[in-house]
Amino acid sequence: MAAPSTTVDVVAPRSSGSDNYLTHDKGVLSWIFTLDHKRIGVMYLCSVLTAFALGGFFALLVRTELLTPQRTIMDHDTYNQMFTLHGAIMVFLVIIPGIPAALGNIIMPLQLGAKDVAFPRLNLASYHLWIVGALFMLSSLAINAVDTGWTFYTPYSTTTSTAVVPAAFGAFILGFSSIFTGLNFIVTMHKLRPPGMTWFRLPLFCWALYSTALIQVLATPVIGITLLMMIVERTLHIGIFDPMLGGDPVLFQHFFWFYSHPAVYIMIVPAFGVIGEIIPVFSRKRIFGYKFIAVSSLAIAFLGFLVWGHHMFVSGQSVLAGTIFSAITFLIAIPTAIKVFNWITTMYKGVIHLDTPMLYALAFLWVFTIGGLTGIFLAVMSVDVHLHDTYFVVAHFHYVMMGGAITAFMGGLHYWWPKFTGKMYEEKVGRVGAALVFVGLNVTFFPQFILGSRGMPRRYYNYLPEFQPLHVLSTLGAYTLGIGFLLTAFYLYKSLKSGKTAPMNPWGGATLEWHCSSPPPYYNFHKPPVVTAGPYDGYENLMYDETISGYVPRKEKIV
Amino acid sequence: MSESISPAIEPKPGHRVPAPAVHEDADHGGHDEHGHGAGPHLAHHFDTYQQQFDAGKLGIWLFLLTEVLFFSGLFCAYTVYRGMHPEVFVYAHYFLNTTMGAINTCVLLVSSLTAAWAVRNAQLAQRKLLVLNIAITIACACTFMVVKFFEYQHKFHDGLLPGPAFHPTEQVWELDAFKKKHPEAAEYAEKLTQLAEHKGDVSAVAGAIDLTRPVTGKFERPTEAQLEPLLKAGVIGPAAEDTTRPSKPRNAHVFFSIYFFMTGLHGIHVLAGIGVWVWLGIRANKGQFGPKYFGPIDYSALYWHLVDLVWIYLFPLLYLIH
Repeated sequence: MAAPSTTVDVVAPRSSGSDNYLTHDKGVLSWIFTLDHKRIGVMYLCSVLTAFALGGFFALLVRTELLTPQRTIMDHDTYNQMFTLHGAIMVFLVIIPGIPAALGNIIMPLQLGAKDVAFPRLNLASYHLWIVGALFMLSSLAINAVDTGWTFYTPYSTTTSTAVVPAAFGAFILGFSSIFTGLNFIVTMHKLRPPGMTWFRLPLFCWALYSTALIQVLATPVIGITLLMMIVERTLHIGIFDPMLGGDPVLFQHFFWFYSHPAVYIMIVPAFGVIGEIIPVFSRKRIFGYKFIAVSSLAIAFLGFLVWGHHMFVSGQSVLAGTIFSAITFLIAIPTAIKVFNWITTMYKGVIHLDTPMLYALAFLWVFTIGGLTGIFLAVMSVDVHLHDTYFVVAHFHYVMMGGAITAFMGGLHYWWPKFTGKMYEEKVGRVGAALVFVGLNVTFFPQFILGSRGMPRRYYNYLPEFQPLHVLSTLGAYTLGIGFLLTAFYLYKSLKSGKTAPMNPWGGATLEWHCSSPPPYYNFHKPPVVTAGPYDGYENLMYDETISGYVPRKEKIV
Repeated sequence: MSESISPAIEPKPGHRVPAPAVHEDADHGGHDEHGHGAGPHLAHHFDTYQQQFDAGKLGIWLFLLTEVLFFSGLFCAYTVYRGMHPEVFVYAHYFLNTTMGAINTCVLLVSSLTAAWAVRNAQLAQRKLLVLNIAITIACACTFMVVKFFEYQHKFHDGLLPGPAFHPTEQVWELDAFKKKHPEAAEYAEKLTQLAEHKGDVSAVAGAIDLTRPVTGKFERPTEAQLEPLLKAGVIGPAAEDTTRPSKPRNAHVFFSIYFFMTGLHGIHVLAGIGVWVWLGIRANKGQFGPKYFGPIDYSALYWHLVDLVWIYLFPLLYLIH
């Protein structure tokens, strides 16, 4: 079999002076109006990381306030605004676009062997929409920051005096950004696959993005119209959600969760995709159960549409509806467990390299499994009645969103960093950063499970003194996380300035992006690749070349 | 969407290194434009016009799917409120002008026909017919908006607005639409109103509503034809705002919230469609479309059919309520 997965003639790693997508055009405008998917992805990445810093800053303020049972650094109204901004920024501006729009935009067309996404101008438009949406959302901060929680529940959101409308309108626009990215990715994967790239030769990252894109296209329009109705309700009092005017506030919850539960999978399924790339490469072993992992992403996407009612067990919905939602929620554990078991089996008897991306992937397995299993507690109606709106829920979704999605995002960022920047970061510092993040997030969120099960309600400003030790522990964990991310930001930035030049294939990956030079050329492939094998075949035909610190095809092929 | 590209990324055939080992040509046999400098409307990342067209077609279908889901939130709200408060919908529909709604339905259907015809014209490179059909489509869309404008103006004038702004100037039984359909009920409501005004006799109306109660004074027991339409429209009975006299159902304004929201959002889509058709009309006039390249006309026609289809649902759901 040809090395390693395609018959593409391996282009010799080009010297750093040669033309690549970063040097192809010059000037700020060549970035702002670029149609190149890689540049758009890089712009997304910078914007998402900026938002992440901002959201993280608000998180640290919230945790600092919770150091004492009474006032610590801010009053209660400010506290409400801080946790709302933290949630809204992290959900709408960081996690949802983080992996698909930033990493996906850069990597997916390369992995596919395409020259670009199907609609480059739509891709650029979706980035510009993201910027406009983000500005709207942040303008709320400047006017009178929204304090509704990221869920915008009515009737509070239609009556509070804070600037709900700009924030909600920002989320509305961000929704369209997300829809257009998803639409673009679906069409790209259907229509731009090169010869030989069959569906079951797609890398798992592409499968995950495909499933995510389906959810983005099918669920996001509903939050769009819901937020629009909420905005109109607030400004014109049309009475659809306001009970004072004959409306039904629970209808808002149904609409909201019809999107926002699938949105949870918009956040986590791409993370699965990243993990599916990292684990086989750093285990030097073919992925185990490829088809099951691929199809389980679709299964999660499908089931994700049928479980929104588990957010509403205490909203007064019928017990029968609750039972059905609860049962379908349990079903989601099946495809999710299929993935986790297959990743672990991939590592079994592999040659595991504990580089930074792999450390993040291992952290993901640990943290996500805890997050997933505690989700089953919450899916049980009788247990949920006690745990609803407590710190147990907060801990659960932070284990999944922060521990799952962000950890995988960090893993993917480190994994593909050499590819799209052309620079290597300091590996040893990278490992320290990963360790700090792993320890930090467990210390932050594990105590919250205990707090929640003992009755600490979420979103409270004051609490009983007996909860203080665990709150202090959680806050210390948050500081550790902050230090870990600052360190990461520092060494990644430093690598851009003084990092070693990255080889074409530093980790020994077999997917198509590792057949491009680092950074990739403007047109991705000098000639269209013809794919003849799966994405995880042929590790045995790669060998490590110490002179370039990267992998090269073996001279004599092992058959 | 992606049919043409800026000069900055114009495909350069030289970038494709001749590759004897690569069998790409075998997969694209028959498309002689492949690899020899793309046509004027072929984007650099597509190999053939067919691939570009297919991508656009899938894209527009997905977009239409999102549009359906976007409207579905409103249809869902409609269903919930009609289920909870049927009387509001019966009451409010008398205020809508069915003739105008029907005219608009016909106008949109004609425009859908010309839009579909335009696709055929583009495929056959019939430039004049194409421009004509696009022009008719635009004219129909404008007619629709003009009719809608007069409808809205009428509603505004009559105080039929959502939320606290809802102050109808006429009672439902005073409307021609109601009188024509239920003359006896209209007369009866009038009679009850006079009774309540002159005597202030609360029991008269209460008795009139409750068929089981004995009739008081000289008041006669109403017939089914007199009572039924009023009960269904929430003019009297448990859903009515006022128990002492014929009035309107509680929260009747919610209908107009939904009406303005749905037709307004639909109207915005019509306006967007007009913009797209004007742009395509200009391009068609330049002769940019032909058998190889007609995607934008095709996609816009699909979009236009959806806009038409949404109206086909809105018309009976809002205007033709029984």
